[in-house]
Amino acid sequence: MPHEGGARPVAPGASHFGDESSRQDAAHLGMWIFIATEVLLFAVLFTAYAFYRLTYPEVFQQGPAHMDVFLGTLNTFVLVSSSILVALAVDAVRGGKEFVSAALLALTVVMGIAFLSIKAAEYAKHVRDGALPGAWYAYEAFAAPGANLYFTLYWVMTGVHAVHVLVGVGVLVTLMLRTLSGELGARFHTPLELGGMYWHLVDVVWLFLWPLLYLA
Amino acid sequence: MAPSHDEGAPLGPSYLDAERGLWSWLTTHDHKRIGVMFLAVLLLMFLLGGVFALALRVELLTPGETVMGRLAYNRAFTVHGVVMVWLFLIPSIPASFGNFLLPLMLGARDVAFPRLNLASFYLYVLGAVMTLWGIFQGGVDTGWTFYTPYSTATGRDLLPVLVGVFVVGFSTILTGINFITTVHTMRAPGITWMKVPLFVWALYGTSIIQVLATPVLGMVLVLVALERVAGAGLFDPARGGDPLLYQHLFWFYSHPAVYIMVLPGMGVISETVCAFSRKRPFSYRVIVWSTVGIAFVGFLTWGHHMFVSGQSTFGAGAFSLLSMLVAIFTAMKIFTWLGTLYRGSLWVSTPFAYVLGFIFLLFFGGMSGVAVAVTSADLHWHDTYFVVAHFHFIMVGASLMAFLAALHYWFPKMWGRRYPEGMGIGTAVLIIFGFIATFLPQFLLGNQGMPRRYADYPESFQPLHVASTAGASLLGFGFVIVAIYLGWSLRYGSVAGRNPWGSEGYEWLSDSPPPEFNFHAPPIFPRPPHEYGPPRADGEVDHAA
Ligand code: HEM
Ligand SMILES: [Cu+2]
Repeated sequence: MPHEGGARPVAPGASHFGDESSRQDAAHLGMWIFIATEVLLFAVLFTAYAFYRLTYPEVFQQGPAHMDVFLGTLNTFVLVSSSILVALAVDAVRGGKEFVSAALLALTVVMGIAFLSIKAAEYAKHVRDGALPGAWYAYEAFAAPGANLYFTLYWVMTGVHAVHVLVGVGVLVTLMLRTLSGELGARFHTPLELGGMYWHLVDVVWLFLWPLLYLA
Repeated sequence: MAPSHDEGAPLGPSYLDAERGLWSWLTTHDHKRIGVMFLAVLLLMFLLGGVFALALRVELLTPGETVMGRLAYNRAFTVHGVVMVWLFLIPSIPASFGNFLLPLMLGARDVAFPRLNLASFYLYVLGAVMTLWGIFQGGVDTGWTFYTPYSTATGRDLLPVLVGVFVVGFSTILTGINFITTVHTMRAPGITWMKVPLFVWALYGTSIIQVLATPVLGMVLVLVALERVAGAGLFDPARGGDPLLYQHLFWFYSHPAVYIMVLPGMGVISETVCAFSRKRPFSYRVIVWSTVGIAFVGFLTWGHHMFVSGQSTFGAGAFSLLSMLVAIFTAMKIFTWLGTLYRGSLWVSTPFAYVLGFIFLLFFGGMSGVAVAVTSADLHWHDTYFVVAHFHFIMVGASLMAFLAALHYWFPKMWGRRYPEGMGIGTAVLIIFGFIATFLPQFLLGNQGMPRRYADYPESFQPLHVASTAGASLLGFGFVIVAIYLGWSLRYGSVAGRNPWGSEGYEWLSDSPPPEFNFHAPPIFPRPPHEYGPPRADGEVDHAA
């Protein structure tokens, strides 16, 4: 006779799963892990950067001289202030000020688009110079061996980052609409918090790219 | 065995009957149904990879061209490797049995993010379709490792495959996030960390590796894709890049990935060893901490794939030592399983047969790993069939044995039916024997200098190749039998009852098959998992098979 492991023990009326606070904990934890994976994604690019910086030290020191430091720095300001706006938006929605929150999100979106426009202007200049990645590299003012790798990394790193900004803008727009429609408010705002975390991540990554590529 | 008694009739419809129709499956958020769908697709992938494996073995039956040319051979081993590693082994146990069982074992209704779970399934399917389409239309011939500079120089169209594997990786990451979050936030009251079932611990360790390593792989694939599209030059010496950087980044993922494949298997074994020796684990804590240890050290060993790449002596020595550390953790695990078996009331059943196969193959494969981790020995064996045999022993021998053990152990749980036990045990013996016959000769071949990835070889190697092909045929035959009797049992097997193995695992507290939300009422867990009573004094076995 197989052993049935006793009767089924059951806690009457206990409901640990599915209540709102445990769902929020889960959402936050999930987002933190996701952010960790994003960091690791960029870690590959930073590794490659370190590797080639060791291989071509002079090139990577001269590289930033061929960048538009003003535009890069301007973009840093844009992104950092947008990050502050998002934090304010989260605070506002927690306090029940849905409309203020949506307005702040709208401003953030504008900043995000400004960032992308400035980036596009920079890219256009690189294209005119011929400072393109890899096989297409034809920038005569900076022709040392390894210079193409510097620019390849520049394009990949800022490009992957720009894709994240673009996704972030999309996320923020949806959050703004959901706040305006009354779906997010003082009682339920987890998605907005998560979206805010994502935007901070995008900001923090840029804070590493900026010194490595523009200042060095 | 007669259907066992349950306390009364089931209280509600099972997850299989809760809703009907194909659409209800394709849109389900139920982790059990998602697990079953994963299982179905994974088995399909295994079939595909297996067919190509047999094709390779047929080509190697005789020296010279047997059934395919050299280019065709290169493409065939690429299909085999890509399908087996990326599309079958890496997702296998976590995506199928992990999805099905993890919430059940934690007394939860579902995973933390059910919709994300379904998204993960569709991402996997999308990635798999893209990968397969890419391989077949592009005639990819790089092998599963996509080594540069060959992968950036070959005339084959690699892009869809890179994107496909990237998408599959994304699915893996989502599953990992889901599992970690579930373990942290969805444990039923009473399940403290030290009461988490061992299979869940293994899945937890696996998920951490998945979440930490897969993004690295994803980015590397993006870089290789860029290299092909834009001539990015990062891995191309002609443009100042370095192909070795690719290998570092690739193995930084892929070595931990081998533990993604084997850790869940170790979890399965920890569960089944307890169930079939009717004893509590020899040391729960050692099993848990060695799981964590493997997950951690697995990240520090990638350099042993590059001993012959001109690595510094110091680097090689360090990687060699760190690799041995993994072997120590693995040995601790083997020790705990043997300790659990020792003086247990062993129940020789089909899952148990696979458990024994697993322990033997893991031990043998692990020892061969230690052998190749010795730098001087690896100079001799690198890129020969010795390595092929090593990783097949571990990846196929151990992971696949565990997969089969899981398939048989949880079959009654998933379907509420049993399969013919005699058939099961007989086939298990056949499969284990076929496996050894296939891969043992490859150690000898490698030692004599047969290089991997060659379609041709000198006359003198033929006997060993014939033995290997014969073993592979037995293996293939064994799988066909498994498919037949399990398929038959789905419909005609005897009804299993709630807990046909008399297991103490938490998942068996629910009905078999479980109801839609796992438990009719939230369960409480007053005892640790795997809490089998003390062995009876008369040595009588507390079960009947
Ligand atoms: C436990 C699970 C393990 C799995 C799944 C596994 C899997 C693999 C795979 C897939 C390869 C070959 C990859 C390729 O080039 O295609 C490999 C190679 C290697 N493994 Fe393992 N392995 C395991 C354990 C170990 C252990 C414990 C050690 C060392 C103590 C080890 C040492 C090595 C070495 C040194 C190589 C490279 C040999 C060469 O390419 O010359 N492995 N392993
Ligand atoms: Cu390795």
